[in-house]
Amino acid sequence: MTTTDITIDTRTAPPPPSTKAASAAPSLILGEHSLCPGCGEPVALRLLLETLQELDVVDRSIGVVGHGCYGSFVRIMDIDVLQCLHGRAPSCATGIKRMRPESVVFTLQGDGDMVNEGLQEVLHSAARGENITCILLNNGVFGDTGGQQTATTVLGQRTKTSLEGRNAADHGYPIPIADLVASLQGSGYVARGAVSTPAAVARTKRMIKRAVQSQLDGNGLSLVEILTMCPTGWFVPAADGADYQGSSMEPVYPVGELKSQEAERA
Amino acid sequence: MTLELLQGSVAITRAAIAADCRFFAGYPMSPFTPLLEAMSRELADTGGVCINAESEIEGANMALGASAAGFRAATGSCGQGIALMQETIAEAALNETPLVVFNMARNQQDYYQCTRGGGWGDYRTITLAPKDITEAVEHTQLLFHLADRYRAPVILYGDDLLSKTQVGVDVQPLDLPDLPEKDWALDGSASGTGRSRQVWTFAMGKKNDPGPGPDGQWKRVAQKFADLEQVEARHETVHAEDAETLVVAFGSAAKFVEHVVEELREQGHKVGLFRPITLWPFPGAALAQVTRGVRRVLVFEINAGQMIDDVRQWTHDRDAIEFIGGVSIDEHGLAFGPLLDAPVIAERILAAHSPADVLTARS
Ligand code: SF4
Repeated sequence: MTTTDITIDTRTAPPPPSTKAASAAPSLILGEHSLCPGCGEPVALRLLLETLQELDVVDRSIGVVGHGCYGSFVRIMDIDVLQCLHGRAPSCATGIKRMRPESVVFTLQGDGDMVNEGLQEVLHSAARGENITCILLNNGVFGDTGGQQTATTVLGQRTKTSLEGRNAADHGYPIPIADLVASLQGSGYVARGAVSTPAAVARTKRMIKRAVQSQLDGNGLSLVEILTMCPTGWFVPAADGADYQGSSMEPVYPVGELKSQEAERA
Repeated sequence: MTLELLQGSVAITRAAIAADCRFFAGYPMSPFTPLLEAMSRELADTGGVCINAESEIEGANMALGASAAGFRAATGSCGQGIALMQETIAEAALNETPLVVFNMARNQQDYYQCTRGGGWGDYRTITLAPKDITEAVEHTQLLFHLADRYRAPVILYGDDLLSKTQVGVDVQPLDLPDLPEKDWALDGSASGTGRSRQVWTFAMGKKNDPGPGPDGQWKRVAQKFADLEQVEARHETVHAEDAETLVVAFGSAAKFVEHVVEELREQGHKVGLFRPITLWPFPGAALAQVTRGVRRVLVFEINAGQMIDDVRQWTHDRDAIEFIGGVSIDEHGLAFGPLLDAPVIAERILAAHSPADVLTARS
C-alpha cells in the first residue's frame, strides 16, 4: 500500500476557477438556463441570439414564445418578449409585425406547440406571407410535460403515450411541418437543421441567419426547424442524446434547406 | 351636429377609428360580419390594419399581439365565436394586455358568456351593453379607453339590431382623460439593454430583474377586478323614483322596454326601468337602492333568464322578482324573435303590474 504526501499551503489563496465558459456566453443571455443536461434547446437559443447580434438587429427584435421547456428562455433572453398561449405564437407575431413592420419578429416554439396545437397558426401565417421568422425546436416529444407523443414523434419512438413505440395504425404518421410550410407560396425561406454535432450546429447557425435576413428582405415567412435533443423525454442517458437523435430523427427529417430565394435565383 | 345615415356596424367602425383603433382581426359570423366588412373597408383608409383571420382564435391572438406592441387593437364575433376567443380573453386579462372585443350577438343569450367568461383565472371582462347605435358609438370609444386604462379585456355587447340597422348618427370623438404612456409595450427598443420587457401571465420577470411571479401577478390582477367593480358600474333609470313595478332590462331590449314604460306611464301605470349599462361590473348597489319600496321587479331579457341571477343577488326583496323574458330567436337563428315587440312587452309588464287591467282590456 502506497501513501501520498500532500502538502497543503495554507498561507496563500487557491487559484480562481476557470472562467472560460462565461467569457464565451453571448451578452443577450442574462443568466444560466435551467434545462436538463444534454438538452439541445439552449444551443438553439444561443444560435438565435448570436444571429440577432451579428445582424445588428437587437434593438428592434421582439420574440413571441410559446409553451414548453424553452418557455423558461423568457427569463434569460435580453429581448422584448410576449409569452403567448400554446400554439398561437405566429398569430400574435402577425399582430406585432403588422403594427411594427420595422421590427424583427421571431417566434420560438416546440413541436407540440407549433405542430399539434398551433398547426393552423403556422400554416395560415405562412400562406399569408407574414414577414416573421419562426423557429421550431423539434425534439419529437412533449418535453415539458414528461415525454408524451407529439405530431412529429417518429414511427417507432417510444413515448409515455405510445409505450410500445408510435405506430401508424394506432397513432398516424409524423407531420413534416417544414415541408408543408415550404410548399406554401407565402414562405420565403425554409430550412431544417440540427444541433447534434458541431458541424450541424455551424450549419444551423447559417440557416437561422439566412432566415432572419429573409425577413429583413421582406420575403415572407421564414422557418427554421431545428432538431433538438431531449434525452429526458426520450428516456436515454444525457450523453447518448445526440447519437440517438441522429439515428432516430434525422433519417425521417432530412437536414438541409428546403426553400431559399437565393437558391431560386441561382 | 351633422347626422349621417349609417349602418350600426359602420358607425361603430367610425367610432373605433375615432378612438385610434389601429388593428382589427376577425372571422365572419353573422351578425358580426357587417362590422368585419366595415372595418376592412375603413380601417385601411386610415393606415390601420384589418385581417380577415382564419378563425376566431387566430383573430383574437393577432389583436392581442398588436395590442402587446402598444397599439389600440380589437377583435370580435358573436356567441360561438366568442366562445373560441375565451382562452385569449382570459390570457389578456392575466397578462394585462388591453383587448377590445365586439360581440355583435345574435340575441341576449351571451350574458353569462360576457359576464362570467369561460376562460381560466380570477378575471372578469368589463362589458358595456348599449341600447342603441348612438350609445354604441360612445361605448366603443369608452371601451378603448377603459381597456388601456385598466390593461384589461373589454366587451361591447351588441346584437343584430345594432349591427345592421341604419340610423342618423354623428360620430364625434369623445373627450376622455389622457392616459399614461404604454411603457410596458413591446417595441424591441429595450432589447439588449438588460431592461428588456416581458408580457407574460406568469410575470416572473427577467433573471436580472425578477417580476412579481404568478402568485403576485394573479393576486394583483384579482385585486384590480375587485377594485374595478367598485368604480366602473354604470346604469340608467327611467321613472324609477315612484315606480311600483320596476323592469330590469339591458341592451336593445331595454330600449324597447323604455318605450313601453313611457307608454304605460301615459296610461297612468307606475312602472319604471332600471337598465344596467355595464353588465360587468353589474350595478348591484344601485339596483338594491332603487328596488327599496318597489312592489315588483320584472326581469325582461331575451334568453332563458341569465341576468336575473345578478338581479336576484341585489334586489332588495327577492320575493318581488319575476322573469318576463324568454328565448325568442328568428327562424334563421340570427336575430331577435317576436318577443322583442312593444305590444308583447307591454302585455307582459301589465300582466304582472296590474293583472286586472289586462283582464279588462281583453274582456
Ligand atoms: S425535458 Fe427535454 S426539452 Fe425539456 S429541458 Fe429536458 S431535455 Fe430539454
